[in-house]
Amino acid sequence: MSAGIDNDLDRPQAPVVPLGTPCRIPPGAPSNVVPPPGEDLITVNFGPNHPSTHGVLRLIVTLDGEVVVGLDADIGYVHTGFEKNFEQKTYWKGIPYAPRMDYLGFFANELAYVGAVEKLIGIQVPPRAQWLRTLFAELNRIHSHLIYLGTSGIELGAMSLFFYCTRERDTVLDLFEMVTGVRMHDRYPQFGGVAEDVPKGFYAECKRFCREMPKHIDSYLDLTAENPIWKGRLQGIGTIPAETAVAMGLTGPNLRASGVPYDLRRNDPYLAYDQLEFDVISAAEGDCYARYLCRTREMYESVRIIEQCLEGMPEGPVMADDRKYVLPPREELQTSMESLIHHFKLVTEGFRTPAGQVYCAVESPRGEFGCYLVADGSPKPWRVHFRAPSFVSLQATAMCSVNRYIADMIAVVGSLDGVMGEADR
Amino acid sequence: MTANQLAKAISSNVRGAVVSHANGIDMPTIVVRADSLLDVCRYLRDEQAKNFLSAVSAVDFLGYGEDVSGYFGTERGRDLNATGSWGSPATVEVPATRFCVTYHLAHVDADGAPPDRVRLQVFVDDGEPVPSVVEIWPTADWHEREQYDLMGVVFSGHPNLKRLIMPSDWDGHPLRKDYPIGGEPVQFTDAV
Repeated sequence: MSAGIDNDLDRPQAPVVPLGTPCRIPPGAPSNVVPPPGEDLITVNFGPNHPSTHGVLRLIVTLDGEVVVGLDADIGYVHTGFEKNFEQKTYWKGIPYAPRMDYLGFFANELAYVGAVEKLIGIQVPPRAQWLRTLFAELNRIHSHLIYLGTSGIELGAMSLFFYCTRERDTVLDLFEMVTGVRMHDRYPQFGGVAEDVPKGFYAECKRFCREMPKHIDSYLDLTAENPIWKGRLQGIGTIPAETAVAMGLTGPNLRASGVPYDLRRNDPYLAYDQLEFDVISAAEGDCYARYLCRTREMYESVRIIEQCLEGMPEGPVMADDRKYVLPPREELQTSMESLIHHFKLVTEGFRTPAGQVYCAVESPRGEFGCYLVADGSPKPWRVHFRAPSFVSLQATAMCSVNRYIADMIAVVGSLDGVMGEADR
Repeated sequence: MTANQLAKAISSNVRGAVVSHANGIDMPTIVVRADSLLDVCRYLRDEQAKNFLSAVSAVDFLGYGEDVSGYFGTERGRDLNATGSWGSPATVEVPATRFCVTYHLAHVDADGAPPDRVRLQVFVDDGEPVPSVVEIWPTADWHEREQYDLMGVVFSGHPNLKRLIMPSDWDGHPLRKDYPIGGEPVQFTDAV
């Protein structure tokens, strides 16, 4: 009874490391911190369904009082066998599956899959399609970062930010709907180009968005960047040094916040990124605050890229003219027998590719999203494997959270910005 | 660096490690022996600056090159284990072993250099262990657990090799080609 409480007061202080301590890769399995032996430790099952785990992530946390001393992450709760599904579909029918993995950065997933198949069959994508893809990849980056900002804010108790972010996210999705007909999971990039050209009025809407979005980002930064509560919850928490970040395979904003300005858009340009001007946002600290700041500032750069895309968009076709791989234009089906045959063959049997293997990586909002594809020359991929940045970055949860308070663990999970659909696939 | 140069550099440091090499569509591809994998990886990380492991992917080659596998359009209905009827136009090179484990390596640095990717491959048979590269690239932890879980490739020396994606009491490895689709056992089916 009350005697027990007195005894608790005599216990040695739980080991809390000071703010800003660089985290080290735990001995043994790098994604798992084994708790030290102790009598008063409690093991808590945190998740898989919990409002602050950023998705269905289960954390098995060992606590010494309020301090995390052991942590093991368990994933797989939304595993749906995407990779197995790809093996059963012709290449064409795989495209709608891709965006459903990372449901926030959906466009990057499509780009990786479509890019891998395009590399394999060696089809040339016309410039206008490249620029359109770039434009939508950046719109999608804004969309994903907005959700990150909103939900990680909710996890820290900042409710109103989520509503502001959702408001702007809706504008982005309106733009997607205008062009692709759906708000998410658009199947817009296709082998050889994009599904169709943008409709009338899109440029004006998009320009309006580019005019207004920086003001909104300003207001998010006004709300949070200098907010003492926000800074208190994020600064010095989960500090990842640069070498540790590379060794743990972190990419995207998580890596750039640790002082490594590595961005596939700059280091290994694809689409039209080599013709566009933008800054790679990075920070030196490597803590949760740096990751937050990197993502938020990246939205400014995305707006810059979108503006340049609208300015410099080349004219021309949006689809390659290669009837072996590309669906013929709809209107030709009424008049041309060859087109009808091509359409029928492509839709029913699909196209054949050379046998071989290919890896295509794009800079998704979360980092390097890669598609490794093995083809046996048939109309279906033999094996598709996705390198999911969330899957990799969630490994860092344990080393970032250990020896800090459990509330800091919430901040860490939010700042690593994992999307469970992508981690589990 | 072309595959030829890289293979030579590896061979001169780790004797007899390279089985074959090719330039590939996208990057140099080096196939090495499983027992010298760790030495090759250490060499690539320390001497060739491949400090970043993108992914570990396992491929099951059961039935590879024997026409198409899949249930769509086959007269054998939904039996995924049987290969299909469409035929393969090209004769493909069928590996002698069932599994292949692929490591995509890159160079990640603050200097703005391109990733300079390399694909490293190991071919193993069912049950034959692949040395774990966790001590070389810590990020391999979950990658190898995932491939062990879904493909059943065993990584020897992994500090925590257990299922990651599927439940811990799951039977079989779902990404294998002989794993049935649609035949998931239903609880209490046999209880009359």
